[in-house]
Amino acid sequence: MPADQYQIFAAEHGLKPDEYAVLVRGLNRTPTLTEIAMTGAMWSEHCSYKSTKVWLKQLPTKAPWVICGPGEGAGVIDIGDGDAAVFKMESHNHPSFIEPYQGAATGVGGILRDVFTMGARPIANLNALRFGDPAHPRTRQIVAGVVAGIGGYGNCVGVPTVAGETNFHASYNGNCLVNAMCVGLARADNIFTSQGAKLGQPVVYVGSKTGRDGIKGASMSSAEFDDKAMQQRPTVQVGDPFVEKLLIEACLELMATDAIVAVQDMGAAGLTCSAVEMASKAGLGIELNLDDVPQRESGMTAYEMMLSESQERMLVVLKPGREKLAEDIFKKWALDCAIIGHITDTRHIVVTHKGQVAADLPVPLLVDDAPQYQRPYDIPQPPAPLDSGKFPPPAGMIVGDVLKKLLECPDGCSRRWIAEQYDSLVGSDTAQGFGAEAGVVRVRGTQKALAMTVDCTPRYCAADPVMGGKQAVAETYRNLCAVGATPLAITDNMNFGNPEKPHIMGQFAGAVLGIREACLVLDYPVVSGNCSLYNETKGQPILPAPAIGGVGMIPDVAKTVPNQFSEGQQIFLVGINAGEIGQSLYLREIFGREEGAPPPVDLAAEKTHGTFVRDAIRAGIITACHDVSDGGLLVALAEMAMRGGCGATLSYAPPTPQHWFAEDQACYVVTTTQPKALSEHANAANVPLTHLGRTGGPTLNVGAEQLSVDTLRLFHEAWLPNFMEPQG
Amino acid sequence: MRTGVVVFPGTNRERDAAMLLQRLDGKAPTMLWHTETTLPALDLVVLPGGFSYGDYLRTGAMAAHSPIMAAVRAHAARGGLVLGICNGFQILCETQLLPGILLRNNHLKFNCKFVDLRVENTRTPFTHAYAQGQVVHAPVAHGDGNYFADDATLNDLEQNHQVVFRYGHNPNGSARNIAGIINKQGNVLGLMPHLENAAEPLHGHVDGATMFASVLSKMAA
Repeated sequence: MPADQYQIFAAEHGLKPDEYAVLVRGLNRTPTLTEIAMTGAMWSEHCSYKSTKVWLKQLPTKAPWVICGPGEGAGVIDIGDGDAAVFKMESHNHPSFIEPYQGAATGVGGILRDVFTMGARPIANLNALRFGDPAHPRTRQIVAGVVAGIGGYGNCVGVPTVAGETNFHASYNGNCLVNAMCVGLARADNIFTSQGAKLGQPVVYVGSKTGRDGIKGASMSSAEFDDKAMQQRPTVQVGDPFVEKLLIEACLELMATDAIVAVQDMGAAGLTCSAVEMASKAGLGIELNLDDVPQRESGMTAYEMMLSESQERMLVVLKPGREKLAEDIFKKWALDCAIIGHITDTRHIVVTHKGQVAADLPVPLLVDDAPQYQRPYDIPQPPAPLDSGKFPPPAGMIVGDVLKKLLECPDGCSRRWIAEQYDSLVGSDTAQGFGAEAGVVRVRGTQKALAMTVDCTPRYCAADPVMGGKQAVAETYRNLCAVGATPLAITDNMNFGNPEKPHIMGQFAGAVLGIREACLVLDYPVVSGNCSLYNETKGQPILPAPAIGGVGMIPDVAKTVPNQFSEGQQIFLVGINAGEIGQSLYLREIFGREEGAPPPVDLAAEKTHGTFVRDAIRAGIITACHDVSDGGLLVALAEMAMRGGCGATLSYAPPTPQHWFAEDQACYVVTTTQPKALSEHANAANVPLTHLGRTGGPTLNVGAEQLSVDTLRLFHEAWLPNFMEPQG
Repeated sequence: MRTGVVVFPGTNRERDAAMLLQRLDGKAPTMLWHTETTLPALDLVVLPGGFSYGDYLRTGAMAAHSPIMAAVRAHAARGGLVLGICNGFQILCETQLLPGILLRNNHLKFNCKFVDLRVENTRTPFTHAYAQGQVVHAPVAHGDGNYFADDATLNDLEQNHQVVFRYGHNPNGSARNIAGIINKQGNVLGLMPHLENAAEPLHGHVDGATMFASVLSKMAA
């Protein structure tokens, strides 16, 4: 093959000319095609984080309760009594756009494997979904496929899906976002990683057979889409949740023995990435004989096997002598199990197939010498704050009309149509699920529970990435406090456009700076994460979405509170109804304007208010709690009324009608039967507290307006089912 | 009280059933692997929810032909109690221990939500602790819960008081709002709703536990 053909092949596998030159120099010879493909996968944005590493290094990752931070399959935190929570969030954006059902399903499968690979039983799934304009012709099909795919996979493996969020925006027309998060439980002294393999130990392949699906998936996810995006369908993998369920049980059974030294799931770049990472972390080499790889199809080449992203597979390094034990367990669960190689001291990955060496690459070249870029970046200047006084409800609209419009708009309406397609209850440990502030799942056999939530407001991030990054972290913090949990750590899923464009790299950098500051002030480190870049189609980038998944601990699950009204309660606002409406849902839905600065986040106030709310919940003073977010204060109040089937009379008169819809930060609506105790606590904690009214009756009474709670619910519940399943 | 919970590859609510049985009975049930051909001495066998063998064929169709189901059939023939929940109900129908079949939900989607169930027959070992007509709040979580049988079979079920649970608001298109039925002999019950997920204050509803308490007290008596 002529030299220029090699360069073309390299480019097809994502290697830029200068990157290819690094490979040739590193080898001091012309690489084989399999070597080029393996290097392209390892150096892809998806696997190498080459554009983002310099920034991600700045995130705080340590705390006394962090057992394992970023760099392994998932983050691990100590939750007391020898228990550990293991969690991570990961994107499957590009595959989900091309093939919504399988793309989303395998996204769930992948994140489950990241968690049970660490020795944890998955106990909950969450997701963050962003879809295009409802009027776009593909949106409905993508929503239907993604939701069915997440449900189809999660329901079958028997892990409850307990929380999530969904947005619609035209910037996602050509590039939906599907971020899946999984939380698992392990014993703190029985955590497994990909580290620690020793010379001579056997390398064992377990799980499904290898097929030709998903080849080049990692490179596909590291480039922009063009008109030919749909022709990439063969790069999307097909999931089998039944096999995943067997793999979970078999792995946990094997992990209960002393057989495993190191373990890594085969995710992006499949066998290549898992083998290289294991060798790299051990500071050793690895030799694989592909003749022994269980294969689904005949005639597969070394190139195909090394690049396949077939699902439900793992690579395990065993203690010598434990091969039979592992084989018996995997046989019981009807899974393939084969010794395909061993650990060497060459610091090379050597792949043989049919007696030929198909690849012989230095591991440090693939990992340590992977390109790293300090890309030019331009963090956008935050826009000037909007003069909120100029935006009273338009003539002819009273407060109740605005409220109905916000409750029924695509970003404000009920997500019931989505949530009910997910089994949120399997496991019998779900204390709070759909519609709650955060998912709350009991730690089985204890009174403890984990609280978990996913949040991000992309319209804030687009306007001011630093503030948007802060806000996403702060909103998870708030949602955890609102169920009485102590926020412990986060996972971040950074969804952005093409990092080679300075303003996109600036969005990324700004978001990292915002997240960093919030984590530091809130004592809330990042323990795992994932980046998804090149979310652009024909040059149009998405609204940036640094989705944050937060996890917290509830010492006594009986003390968590719901977010709904009940009769006979006094209602209070914790925080200040400042009236900021820049970038609000109100401004967008009522005036059609996406303008101004997002509401400022005061991290010190977030911490004080959150701590106050959490303490008052645990002391039994607060009976229900809901944070103020999309749509503002009145939307929060209406949601509490609809969920409880109980109205309220609001005595609070805001300075302007638009204050009802301001998305002011660090705010919570709480109810109590002990108003005196609540104000005493608030005074002592120096937290602003405003009496809003009292609950009761079938209507929400705002000023002179009486809004039937049942009618509000009709508005709230109508849009999504009507959109997805239009009648007639 | 001797209870057993069958585990097929793909079963996923076995721990839910086992946890509840252990709490109510004070001792853990025996977990029974699908390849076993005989059962230990048991009073109650539970077929829990999940996706046995992936349910890639008709739901429950593969499990109906598994080794352990021959043993379960023999247990039922001896008058032993069998409780099939969700996938367990589907398996009991495919095994023909119960009449009829569970079709795809009429709206074609998986559906997880709390529903109202009316207890139609309290003269069974599984429901004697309920009041006749009592409404129980419990969740469904299934894609194939649409009970179907021909009219003659349905009329037969009604006449023999074999309809044990009925939906208040039909979530899946089920014939005559049927949520659960018992066999003629009165020892094999199948139902779609997960009463084991509405069995303690954490779940928000506790009346589901009564079904398990019923059957345990019956056997203790």
